[in-house]
Amino acid sequence: MSEFWSMGGYARYVWPCFGFTAVVLAWNLWAARRVLNAARVRAARALAMAASEAR
Amino acid sequence: MWTWFYKLASPPYVFGVAAAFMPWLFGAAALAMGYGLIAGLGFAPPDYQQGDAFRIIYVHVPAAIMSVTVYTIMAAASAVALIWRIKVGHAVAAASAPIGASLTLLALVTGSLWGKPMWGTYWAWDPRLTSELILLFLYVGVMSLRSAFEDPARGDRAAGLLAVVGVVNVPIVHFSVVWWNSLHQGSTIVTLEGPKMPGNMLWPLLSMWLGFMLFYGAVLCIRVQGEVLNRERQSTWVREAIKS
Repeated sequence: MSEFWSMGGYARYVWPCFGFTAVVLAWNLWAARRVLNAARVRAARALAMAASEAR
Repeated sequence: MWTWFYKLASPPYVFGVAAAFMPWLFGAAALAMGYGLIAGLGFAPPDYQQGDAFRIIYVHVPAAIMSVTVYTIMAAASAVALIWRIKVGHAVAAASAPIGASLTLLALVTGSLWGKPMWGTYWAWDPRLTSELILLFLYVGVMSLRSAFEDPARGDRAAGLLAVVGVVNVPIVHFSVVWWNSLHQGSTIVTLEGPKMPGNMLWPLLSMWLGFMLFYGAVLCIRVQGEVLNRERQSTWVREAIKS
């Protein structure tokens, strides 16, 4: 198992690559969700404003 | 077929399709990446020259291919929006830019970490590396230009124009290793003689590439929904969707 983690002596290059990949993929998910949620909030606010103006 | 193509110009249709496809794309991406990671890290043999350092290929190459693929999609969507005034095109382009920029950064960072043990340096002003860095600057430029205007429609047009003009860098990135002397190796997968890798190294790579493509599709589906909502929030269909 330790042979696997040592990656033939290249562990300090290989694992940061896979770690950074995980960070980039996770950021993409988080940021996309944030954009969608913000858009939903903005659309709901626009709807509420239109309803209050109609009253 | 053409009816479906025309429907893609309709914001409510695109919003619904993106919401429906998103979970399937995520599931398929997880499966493809899961197989690619297990087979690439656990079962592919070490390279006869690079040893286990070659395993960086399983994240570097998919990220690098997707960096130019996403740019091409962004430029095509911008061209469609500019020529036929289809607003959904701008939404797809705006949604693609941050995903493409992050994948370009990933390709640069993983390439740099691979370069140190193989070339003896993290960075060289090599044609492939330099053109990939220019690609990152183009993404940043497109995103900055879109948000620089108070009028979103003007921002969309300016960013779209830059995306279309910047597509000239895509063939430069691809052919840089052929046109100039480069530290970077040439194509490994797509060659006239066929792939230069044995199957037990190649299949995990193809699976990771597929996984990155599906992941881009899934994240694009989320972002496109947000972009469409932002652009259409005064429309009746959005109001009805929010009410329900």
